[in-house]
Amino acid sequence: MRPLRIVVAKAGLDGHDRGAKVIARALRDAGMEVIYTGLFQTPEQIVQTAIQEDADGIGLSILSGAHMTLFPLVLEQLKAQGAQDVVFFGGGTIPPDDAVALKKMGVRAIFTPGAPLQEIVDFVKAECGKERSLLSN
Amino acid sequence: MIERPPQQRTGPGSGALDRTISDVPLKALYTPEDLGRLDYDRDLGYPGFYPYTRGLHPLGYRGRLWTMRQFAGFGTARQTNERYKFLLQQGQMGLSVAFDMPTLMGYDSDAAEARGEVGRCGVAIDSLADMERLFEGIDMGAVTTSMTINGPAAIALAQYVAAAEKQGVSRRVLGGTIQADILKEYIAQKEWIFPPRPHMRIIVDMIRFCTQEMPRWNTISISGYHIREAGSTAAQELAFTLADGFAYIEACIEAGMDIDSFAPRLSFFFNSHIDFFEEIAKFRAARRIYARRMRERYGAKDPRSWQLRFHTQTAGCSATAQQPENNIVRVAYEALAAVLGGTQSLHTNSMDEVHALPSEKAVEIALRTQQVLAYETNVTNVVDPLGGSYFVESLTDEMEREAEAYFEQIEEYGGVVAAIEAGFFQKEIAEASYRYQRSIETGDRIIVGVNAFERPEETEEIELLRISEGTEREQADSVRHVREHRDPGAVRATLERLQRACRDPHDNLMPHLIACVNAYCTEGEIVEAMVDVYGRYVERSVF
Repeated sequence: MRPLRIVVAKAGLDGHDRGAKVIARALRDAGMEVIYTGLFQTPEQIVQTAIQEDADGIGLSILSGAHMTLFPLVLEQLKAQGAQDVVFFGGGTIPPDDAVALKKMGVRAIFTPGAPLQEIVDFVKAECGKERSLLSN
Repeated sequence: MIERPPQQRTGPGSGALDRTISDVPLKALYTPEDLGRLDYDRDLGYPGFYPYTRGLHPLGYRGRLWTMRQFAGFGTARQTNERYKFLLQQGQMGLSVAFDMPTLMGYDSDAAEARGEVGRCGVAIDSLADMERLFEGIDMGAVTTSMTINGPAAIALAQYVAAAEKQGVSRRVLGGTIQADILKEYIAQKEWIFPPRPHMRIIVDMIRFCTQEMPRWNTISISGYHIREAGSTAAQELAFTLADGFAYIEACIEAGMDIDSFAPRLSFFFNSHIDFFEEIAKFRAARRIYARRMRERYGAKDPRSWQLRFHTQTAGCSATAQQPENNIVRVAYEALAAVLGGTQSLHTNSMDEVHALPSEKAVEIALRTQQVLAYETNVTNVVDPLGGSYFVESLTDEMEREAEAYFEQIEEYGGVVAAIEAGFFQKEIAEASYRYQRSIETGDRIIVGVNAFERPEETEEIELLRISEGTEREQADSVRHVREHRDPGAVRATLERLQRACRDPHDNLMPHLIACVNAYCTEGEIVEAMVDVYGRYVERSVF
């Protein structure tokens, strides 16, 4: 079976890419194939990248405070482009209340500063693995 | 008599005993031998004297305290104006403007690119009308202001000058600084607009304009803060920041300016991270390297040109989301390091900034932290109290050595711009930040509340500042209103003249920008006009 493929994305005008790059490295070191979108992507572009790359998951990083706008837009695009099987998760400077709200909307997990890399890696492996086995059944 | 050799402790965090947070090797003990070749006059000097290792002023903070300057901005200009008045009433000594993402990236609040970002991480400033509102009721001739904006810095400066002149304050008396350090944007913070080479010309124009017309303005503030926040080591922050500064200086010299005409008004901005002595050593090394370079390599003659003056901010990246009150303590130590390192001004972070922009309460505690430091601890009573410490002096030397090694590497690339284009800095920083994160993962380093001493149930107890959904609509309406109530002929004419100046390297852009701003051209329109000529920068990403 091919390794898991994950798109690590930065959306909007937010240039803070330290977290996204560290996560990208950690996922790659855990044996996954990582596609980093680079900065300033629109929700449409992020979902298109995931589809073109046949990705199992999208991790979106936002530290500019625009999370309540951009996460729902990515969810909308996933739906519009028929890619709801892609595991969508994210992180950044996101207050706890907002994280709860985003999870209700369908974001699978929100990781805030201080989240252990291993926890993120384990989450991605488990959730994306689950989706795969569902698809192959 | 010792019967058993002393044993180093083992267990949590012991993996970090032999190195600083930046992986500089440490010994258990430093002695006079570590100062082997140190020559007091050559390497330290008295405070206020070359090479300024011990500080810029003979009396240190006895002569004058550092400026307590809290960075602030959110929502609309009117909301931020209220916060400024609050901070000034609480005893803050200068203002520092945080702009929102669309403003930093050159988009108006009603642009598609701005959706979700307006007023979120700073104040939205679209046109002169917003800048006027931001300073309403604040005497721009009396207060000093620092503005953190880089891509569109020349436009923000034009707006500041125009707003002051509307208040009847001459540009000649305006005090403060503007970050305008675009090189570190390509290196670390990633808020750019134009490509590096044309942008260097904009900076030279700004420095020349300020030198001639704004004698009290610190022309640009060259910043390592964001390099560190992006994950660099202390030595990388030091080296890359100074290298950026030297690149601007060389560009001005190449443009025919006399170094002593502009160098005294350059300033720097550093991070103060949690590794206490390493930070102090970094600040001291920065002054010494700069003084030597300015005098020996660039031949500056005015002692003020040799003096590296800097602002410091405590490390946002050292704050934790878990147990946020602990951040108050971290900030206090980091602030102390900045003061023992001889900073000229200081911003102390608020405990809640990992979650959101700071609440008024959190900002007040952060400011009080500085006031306690300044007035209660007595650390200001003696000038450079750590000077001569075996450890601090050898760590200062080590910082200087590491920085010099980086300067050589940068030169091999053919300078800062070429090294940016090759992705050198970006790769070095990504490596360092990953190394650091791994050391926390393995437990070599302990972060209290994160990988040790966790609370079983993390409960949120602090009040957060929320930016209302209405802000974006209000600000978008406001910029549309400005566009409808101005002279369209003046807008067209000033933008055309600006574009002509962009094509003519001998025509300074600043007066044209001030004319555009006075015609109420919006920031987005001015940026678009300039992008037409210069293009937009696109990064090749590495991780």
